[in-house]
Amino acid sequence: MAYAGKSPWVIHYDGSSCNGCDIEVLATLCPGFDGERFGVINTGNPKHADIFLVTGSVNEQNIDVVRQIYDQMIEPKVVVACGICACSGGIFHDCYNVIGGVDQAIPVDVYAPGCAVRPETLIDAIVAGVAVLDEKAEKLKAEKKGRA
Amino acid sequence: MGKSTVIPFGPQHPVLPEPLHLDLVVQDETVIDVLPQIGFVHRGLEKLVETRDYNQFIFVAERICGICAMGHSLGYAETVEELMGIEVPTRAEYLRVIWHELSRIHSHLLWLGLAADAFGFESMFMHCWRLRERILDIFEKTTGGRVILSVVRVGGVARDIEDSELAAICSVLDGIKSEYKEITDTLLTDMSVKNRTVGVGTLTHEQAVDLSMVGPFARASNVSYDVRSFGRGAYGALSDFQPIVDAQGDCYARVKVRCLEVLQSIQIIQELAGKIPQGDIAVKVKGNPDPGARAANVLEQPRGECYYYAQGNGTKFLERMRMRTPTSQNLAGMVEALKGCDLADVNMVILTIDPCISCTER
Ligand code: SF4
Repeated sequence: MAYAGKSPWVIHYDGSSCNGCDIEVLATLCPGFDGERFGVINTGNPKHADIFLVTGSVNEQNIDVVRQIYDQMIEPKVVVACGICACSGGIFHDCYNVIGGVDQAIPVDVYAPGCAVRPETLIDAIVAGVAVLDEKAEKLKAEKKGRA
Repeated sequence: MGKSTVIPFGPQHPVLPEPLHLDLVVQDETVIDVLPQIGFVHRGLEKLVETRDYNQFIFVAERICGICAMGHSLGYAETVEELMGIEVPTRAEYLRVIWHELSRIHSHLLWLGLAADAFGFESMFMHCWRLRERILDIFEKTTGGRVILSVVRVGGVARDIEDSELAAICSVLDGIKSEYKEITDTLLTDMSVKNRTVGVGTLTHEQAVDLSMVGPFARASNVSYDVRSFGRGAYGALSDFQPIVDAQGDCYARVKVRCLEVLQSIQIIQELAGKIPQGDIAVKVKGNPDPGARAANVLEQPRGECYYYAQGNGTKFLERMRMRTPTSQNLAGMVEALKGCDLADVNMVILTIDPCISCTER
């Protein structure tokens, strides 16, 4: 990837995280780390978002919400699992109400481990996510051409 | 009066960092009833005491909530220490309170930012979070973590803060004070902020007492209740401690109480940093809690009183660990405060109780 084709807009959803990762996701976009200078903008609307940042694991109650937000996003889209809870369930993996990492609900493209995930890791993960996003966009274009 | 309509709010909502679902029953633009639905963040971690021993569980207790992580590890450690009759060295008590008050500052700054964001003051959100980074830098320097600190252990703390470092912390806090004053001056005197907060979501003193509200939410309704004033641990060494209260009970009062509490915390840290005695920072913990032993404990979290209960069974695993968090108390008050408010003010009212859902659901 030479440069990003567009500014990656992100949407954040807190699965069953402990908040530790959520506040780090927000801190990544705030002064200090200032993800916004790379064009990373937080949006509340799944239809506007390219990258889905999920924190925390999935459970019976929120699995539909996670799927719904994912389905509402428009292709191409990328999912980043933020924090070890979102990657695998982490410290709560054997709790009775935890199904597991976010990949149990939706396909995950980038795993950003850490408890809590560090803003530097998140910026790295988003950059990696942008590369995946570009790849997916290319593929979509090629498919469209093939159909025409 | 028109007929009533139900508007769903959440669980994914731009002003909410956490999933909370509310069914707002509105008539015209006025909220007449609110039905909260929770359970999105429930993990069932109280049950983990069966598979993690009492020393390991402190790391789980910390992850009840990432914002009040320090408070939960402290509350848990104090409860187990009471259960087993452990005396903690004085220096460790001071260090715990210093970290706990720092985390109160970080929590309140985080909240002030989110509240400003809730009424569309996004630049203020950024300023609050910029200042908060300075507190997180202190955490990183002294503990290695930014939000999950993992410094408290049953029987003491894992790290010491050197005296030179303590002095450096005090001067950082002095520096923060002047910048913080600019923020609070704006929040408390700006006309556009007042328009959104004064007289909105009022909870009277009687309601607050009836519903047993806790924390800054109650103190803004003139309930002078703060667990810190019991003087346990290093709080007993403070020369003076008065809970900060306000009589109005509206959103503005809640913003004001939290604004002032940050300054109070800075004062507490600076006083304790000057008085801290030398000595050990931890004692060796031996044995297991006796079968049938019980201990209860309260702690003032940034959001209010949190109650802990532990029961031993003679093994290294606890029989039961239970807590009641400030938000689960305050949700009832939030529902009351929401009734009768304008649909546009719902964000503001929800945010001013500073809900912490992951604490509540665990
Ligand atoms: S990874 Fe750690 S900090 Fe993040 S949500 Fe899980 S327990 Fe909390």
